[in-house]
Amino acid sequence: MDRLKVDFLGKEFSNPLVAASGTFGFGREYSEFFDVSEIGGVCSKGLTLKPQPGNSGNRLWEAPSGVINSIGLENPGVRSFLIKDLPYMNKLGTRVIVNFGAHSTEDFLEGIELLNKEELDFIELNISCPNVKEGGMAFCMDNKSAYDITKAVKEKSVHPIIVKLSPNAPSIVDVAIAVQDAGADAVSLTNTFLAMAIDINKKKPVFDNVYAGLSGSAIKPIALRMVHQVAKEIEIPILSYGGVSNYMDALEFIMAGATLVGVGSAIFADPTVMIDIKKDLEEYLIRNNIESISELIGIV
Amino acid sequence: MAIVLFNKKIKDDIYMLKLKGKFEGKEGQFYMLKPKNTFLSKPISIHDIDKEGITFLYQVKGEGTKYFSTLKEGMEVDLFGPRGNGFDIENIDKDVTVIGGGIGTAPLYYLIKQIKNKYPSKYIRVYLGFTKEDYLVDEFKKIADEVIVDVGGIITHQVDFTKDDKYFACGPDIMMKSAYDLASKEGHDVIVSLENRMACAVGACLGCNVRTSGGNRKVCKDGPVFKGSEVY
Repeated sequence: MDRLKVDFLGKEFSNPLVAASGTFGFGREYSEFFDVSEIGGVCSKGLTLKPQPGNSGNRLWEAPSGVINSIGLENPGVRSFLIKDLPYMNKLGTRVIVNFGAHSTEDFLEGIELLNKEELDFIELNISCPNVKEGGMAFCMDNKSAYDITKAVKEKSVHPIIVKLSPNAPSIVDVAIAVQDAGADAVSLTNTFLAMAIDINKKKPVFDNVYAGLSGSAIKPIALRMVHQVAKEIEIPILSYGGVSNYMDALEFIMAGATLVGVGSAIFADPTVMIDIKKDLEEYLIRNNIESISELIGIV
Repeated sequence: MAIVLFNKKIKDDIYMLKLKGKFEGKEGQFYMLKPKNTFLSKPISIHDIDKEGITFLYQVKGEGTKYFSTLKEGMEVDLFGPRGNGFDIENIDKDVTVIGGGIGTAPLYYLIKQIKNKYPSKYIRVYLGFTKEDYLVDEFKKIADEVIVDVGGIITHQVDFTKDDKYFACGPDIMMKSAYDLASKEGHDVIVSLENRMACAVGACLGCNVRTSGGNRKVCKDGPVFKGSEVY
């Protein structure tokens, strides 16, 4: 299995596969389906400083080859997470990424201070949730805001920071460069694509918030293009997200420049899909006589 | 993965699908069945389980159930489950009233069957409401003591809530709320089974959450069965 090992910011991942934020809870739910230590890392459900009840109304709507969600960052808040969930995550036997977002610089810094006291591998700075203002999407829509919040967080955090970028920004490449300049250790991309659905019988938007986030196979080619573009312009490593549902998708993202590959909504239809992807990646490497998957990062 | 034993049209857009194999699941739980033409799996409640396999009763509503309606004997279906809490039928010390509306009758068949097996002496009254045409009424008559059917009306108006029974309901939200409102006036709670759009069905994505008196609850994991007093 050594062929699948990758180094990400000086930490070894047993394989490049990471369960994406919001699709995997805190790891408990999928432990009944497979040994979570088999995957490279787990990213927590998106957290905010204070508990959030999430959005009202419809939260899910199936789209062609994907799903639109408007969960609205329902979460127990950082303090509860640190007591009830982080200790559990730290026992999963895999790399732990804590996804954290806020709607103000003060809340970001207060949360980072709380996380500073804890054992974890990485913080994924969520400045890109499209569903609530607390998701901080405003921070990633322009380069200066993204630069400022990243710099402020970097100055405070003892943990490595992965900044999660939005595909809804005018130029995701420019935002990626800005957060790199501000000291981000890595970037992850993409968050969900701003989308919409209309209930033609009710003649109203499906979601109370009108717009919501699209994920799944439908976004894969676009997310892949964005990862490729960003990878060409930055030096820091990339954790990719974007509709991966099999090993071929994962390889595409790696060849486009991702070191780690997130798997998200594909888990919904097949709870053990990440185990299949891992096995198939290994077989691909053996079949093609490739000693390490790292050799493929960014080769395209 | 399981093999289709049969998939037959019951009435209009109502179908019954039976899959071969040894399946687990208690009354009120559901399985996630994967259509080939949709991104997500679809939650379908257990209609019955026997030695041959598991039966699902479903209504064609969208692309996924439309796909299910095309399944033929011998074809394969991907599924996982059982999921959800199911009905609690421990310590029932009263007679039982069961209220079903439309395709909401699907999980009630297995519920009634299990209650009758466990408590043969308890009297089971069943009220079934349908919009246009009834279906499977004779099947319910075989396992219940009394079956009252209403087509086109309001089924909850026929229920005698003054009886000191244990009440169960599954159907359109408006029907379950009406049942709870009427029952609570007589001092009873109603055990209801909710429906919602789901993605993960394991409690991870929070897409199916509902607001309850005890805070947000996951329909897929904390439910689908709740007390009416929690949700209405």
